[in-house]
Amino acid sequence: MSSSAIIYQALFYLFAGALVLSALRVITVKNPVHAVLFLVLAFVNAAILWVQMGAEFLGIILVLVYVGAVMVLFLFVVMMLDINTATLREGVTRYAPLGLIVAGIIVAEVAWAVWGQHLGLANSPAPAAPPAHLSNTAELGQVLYTHYVYAFEIAAVILLVGIVAAIALALRWRPDTKHQDPSQQVRVHRTSGRVRLVDLRTGKGGSDK
Amino acid sequence: MIGLYHYLGLAAVLFAIGVAGIFINRKNMVLLLMCIELMLLSVNFNFIAFSRFSGDITGQIFVFFILTVAAAEAAVGLAILVVLFRNRGSINVQETNRLKG
Repeated sequence: MSSSAIIYQALFYLFAGALVLSALRVITVKNPVHAVLFLVLAFVNAAILWVQMGAEFLGIILVLVYVGAVMVLFLFVVMMLDINTATLREGVTRYAPLGLIVAGIIVAEVAWAVWGQHLGLANSPAPAAPPAHLSNTAELGQVLYTHYVYAFEIAAVILLVGIVAAIALALRWRPDTKHQDPSQQVRVHRTSGRVRLVDLRTGKGGSDK
Repeated sequence: MIGLYHYLGLAAVLFAIGVAGIFINRKNMVLLLMCIELMLLSVNFNFIAFSRFSGDITGQIFVFFILTVAAAEAAVGLAILVVLFRNRGSINVQETNRLKG
């Protein structure tokens, strides 16, 4: 085995271990803010592993969109809400065994399927080298904007619907607050009584007309 | 050498952690949303691993769309969470019984 393969393997186990440990901390820490920060760590580790697998564009997207936008949104919400963590953590010890049993069953089933002889994954061939003349981003773009262009546009519509739904849900209309109405401000005309013209003559003082 | 089954095993462990988190933190709605994000991440891992080892870029396209939908889902879910907290004063899942479902 060459030294680069050993380094590749060591990096995989390093980042996979960090990913699993931070994911475990996400579900076990008491403070929700710490949970969000551990989730950020998990996403960064996952992005590194994706880049290692050759999916550079998606790794960067995961950091930019997920860590940069979604997780910050989570942080805002968690910090804005005054959450009583004590009452929310009641019964954790009661439910933990059931959760661990279900998780163990899932891992055992997938391990049986993946490591067993049925799929033959253990002797699956090594991946073909990516084409040298194309970066991962260009490769994705060539498929995304041709074969999947309608799906791409639907994704844009989904994001628009998400924006509208989030704003419509969180918007609170309070009638007693004082705010400007720009359309009324624009519609004001000087002849409608807002402006009074005063005739001023030199030496005679002012007089209202 | 790191093979496909390493990545699939890692994704399975991540998914199981997400499921266990839903069982353990079944009262805290923020943590439920975060566990859903973890499970989506593990699914994306599977897609990228299969895409790499079968030499087909389509799996990565799927991950792209999953990320889009997950971002919209997180935005709407957090908006619902904020409205829920404003109306009820708590985000305890056990108390959300207004719909009598």
